[in-house]
Amino acid sequence: MNMQAHERPRLVVVGNGMAGMRTVEEVLARAPGRYAITVFGAEPHPNYNRILLSPLLAGEKRFEDIVLNGLDWYEANGVELVAGERVTGVDRAARLVQGEQGTTRAYDRLLLATGSDPFVIPVPGADLPGVVTFRDLADVETMLAAARHGGGRAVVIGGGLLGLEAANGLLRNGMKVAVVHLMPTLMERQLDPVAGGMLQADLERRGLRVLTSAHTEALLGDDERGVRAVRLKDGTELAADLVVMAVGIRPSTALARQIGLACNRGVVVDDALRTSDPRVFAVGECVEHQGVTYGLVAPLWDMAKVCADHLTGTADTAFAAGVSGTRLKVTGIDMFSAGDFAGGAGTEEVVFRDPARGVHKRLVLRDDRLEGVVLYGDARDGGWYLDLLRGGEPLGALRDLVIFGQAVATAGGVVLDPAAALAELPAEAEICGCNGVCKGTILGSIAANGLTSLEGVRAHTKASASCGSCTPQVEGLLALAVGEGYAQPQGEKPLCRCTALGHDRVRREIVERELRAIPAVMAELGWTTPDGCHVCRPALNYYLLCAWPGAYRDDAQSRFVNERMHANIQKDGTYSVVPRMWGGLTSAKELRAIAEVVERYAIPTVKVTGGQRIDLLGVKREQLPSVWRDLGAAGMVSGHAYGKALRTVKTCVGSEWCRFGTQDSTSMGVALERMCWGAWCPHKVKLAVSGCPRNCAEATIKDLGVVAVESGWELHVGGNGGIKLRGTDFLCKVATAEEVLEHCGAFLQLYREEARYLERTAHWIERVGIEAVRRRVVEDAAGRKALHARFLHAQSFAQDDPWAERATAADGPVAQPFRALMPAE
Amino acid sequence: MTDTLTANWIGVGRLEDIPRQGARAVATPRGDVALFRTQDDRVFALDDRCPHKGGPLSQGIVHGHAVTCPLHNWVIDLGSGEAAAPDRGCVRRIPVKVEAGRVLLDLDGATR
Repeated sequence: MNMQAHERPRLVVVGNGMAGMRTVEEVLARAPGRYAITVFGAEPHPNYNRILLSPLLAGEKRFEDIVLNGLDWYEANGVELVAGERVTGVDRAARLVQGEQGTTRAYDRLLLATGSDPFVIPVPGADLPGVVTFRDLADVETMLAAARHGGGRAVVIGGGLLGLEAANGLLRNGMKVAVVHLMPTLMERQLDPVAGGMLQADLERRGLRVLTSAHTEALLGDDERGVRAVRLKDGTELAADLVVMAVGIRPSTALARQIGLACNRGVVVDDALRTSDPRVFAVGECVEHQGVTYGLVAPLWDMAKVCADHLTGTADTAFAAGVSGTRLKVTGIDMFSAGDFAGGAGTEEVVFRDPARGVHKRLVLRDDRLEGVVLYGDARDGGWYLDLLRGGEPLGALRDLVIFGQAVATAGGVVLDPAAALAELPAEAEICGCNGVCKGTILGSIAANGLTSLEGVRAHTKASASCGSCTPQVEGLLALAVGEGYAQPQGEKPLCRCTALGHDRVRREIVERELRAIPAVMAELGWTTPDGCHVCRPALNYYLLCAWPGAYRDDAQSRFVNERMHANIQKDGTYSVVPRMWGGLTSAKELRAIAEVVERYAIPTVKVTGGQRIDLLGVKREQLPSVWRDLGAAGMVSGHAYGKALRTVKTCVGSEWCRFGTQDSTSMGVALERMCWGAWCPHKVKLAVSGCPRNCAEATIKDLGVVAVESGWELHVGGNGGIKLRGTDFLCKVATAEEVLEHCGAFLQLYREEARYLERTAHWIERVGIEAVRRRVVEDAAGRKALHARFLHAQSFAQDDPWAERATAADGPVAQPFRALMPAE
Repeated sequence: MTDTLTANWIGVGRLEDIPRQGARAVATPRGDVALFRTQDDRVFALDDRCPHKGGPLSQGIVHGHAVTCPLHNWVIDLGSGEAAAPDRGCVRRIPVKVEAGRVLLDLDGATR
């Protein structure tokens, strides 16, 4: 019991979510020492941004990226956090809050911020294991665990905002996903039927299965093995290892009802966010104000401000619902809607459609005022339309051009570039809809606090800190205010903790400023550490090597152990040795040399690899130079199985032996490997050549795969058989062997010059698009030849066998790094 | 650290045997010791075993006064032997000094 007298009045907050904590922040901003504050949170975490659970599920953010107030914040602000303890009761007469584990806190003011509960449709099987909702971190963890369990199938019930974000996240984690939606079109509350149809087509193109007008009848399965399928009213059964219920939320009112506060759908509050008990306030998704409940973030922030005004007695404000906009947080899908866009009598509609670009915009006007807006495919002007909606002014002269967006309409038909459009905005224009931050506030904070980064603006103003869709505008304002000093105009993630600059920017600077060594890069570009870290040093070493072939002196101390030792470190500290076998071909002489080495050095394990090579495992560090010397004597060189480099070219036997073969795939494989070996790359690179479309060399899961057909060779790129299987994209078909080599060299050089360090070809192509690669490597013949020539130039310095340089008796001088020192006396 | 008078200093090599921003393993009767030389020419000695899964720290990338284990990227502070948060663990430190270019270890003075 915590009954001792407090000097300050006590504020107890039930709910450690976004609305409750925002109110606490607003209280602290108004009157820092006014209350002794205690926050109860049912979840065992610090306060995080629930809006960003979708990017967390999709793997675009980590948990630490979405924490709003870390534990250090609570400490620094003297706020007591009781995390992981649900509040089970409140004695309003004694003014005591009781927690599930017996924690008790007295209050003078109580704030309920219990949020909402996901709605679970009452069908048979809804309580089976494997059926989850999408509401908190634990749900995301359950979903990720299901996805990790080996792909599997997921069914998401509900095709609204939350359901589609969950479906996208599961898809990104490698599951096969179907969405079951009751209504005829997706997101019918936020999108008109046309935009809903476009969204459905876009999602289907990404591999999502969408069933609309679909009634869920039952979830099938048993308690032991969990859910197995979803059955619809029409008899369709959808196999499912995971079912996500995302049909909606309802205010969480259980506690309020239990303690006798007035509730309808939500906890009833007045304009001051006060409940039927004047000592008890409520904010967020649990409240009902004038018959309306809320599920979007912007009105929650407004509630927090008004509630804090009344808790601190600083102003007699009143909460009034405003218009909010909605965006879908699915990367690559651009949509926005706000207001009432149902149309009908007394309204007029202005519609713009560009099916080729996939753009649909619809404005609903009433009495020359904007009443609703739906944007799909190009939602840049969402914020501007929202301002027009909220302003409620007659459009007047804007009317004729309003559909073309701010840049055109406000300039009277003269198109402004985005930077100029941003400069033109008035100071009171809202930039961040989630947190209600306007342009003037952002610019003021940049000037007052000397901010130069997005993170700085987020920390000081909260702009762009919630859903992140206004990030381009915030970055634009930074560029306007700070100019050249602004570090990340593209919003690129920092390379590591030693710098604010991203990979692409660092590479550009290396070339433009002609930086030729790692210390020079760190000094010129303002590294914050004396000599970097294990993340940036290997990246910089690669970028310098790629930028200055032949001239840059490789820095062994900035190489990962495998590339420094030219062998693959194993879990016990021994190494594996893989000699190169060109195109997978070997000979009696090579096999004999390998056999002798295995016996001579008592190498414990010999294994054939997936890339058609022979792996000698368990070689001790000090044995490496001698092993290489003996293999080298039989003409064998390093297979680079340890490097971010060309690994293997896998081949089938081809037309020389195979009765189906159409071309000599083995010779082609050897020629490719001879051209490409030794090439350091952003990540490992694997090639394969198949002699016919039966594709026995599995070329379509390689970084570059060549498949022979009667009339020539098909080239495929960007495949990956790793954690997440990705089939290749078809690049082009060529007729001759010379063309295969030229295209392959050009492709690898483009990858070497433009992919980020540790980005496989698959991820690089996902990021830039296969079309961009095709334009450079296929359509631009002169560009291709130049890339190929640069590749060969770089190769002229790279094709020295690293083993031969170090192959010697174990006591020779170049074997030094491999030997242990010995105590002298 | 050990009292200099009672310490049993043993020479293990010359400073230039260790590359700057690098390390060498020393085979001792009590197991391998990793000898580090940082960018600013400080020399540190730790057991050559990461507290996580026993990875050879002498093979890691040396940056600042820290080394990153080559097996799973734990970052170990060379001065204290402690793993950087969020990882937790500690490596035994061995007293080391450089005299006239010679690197000396006191294998009896190891501290946790």
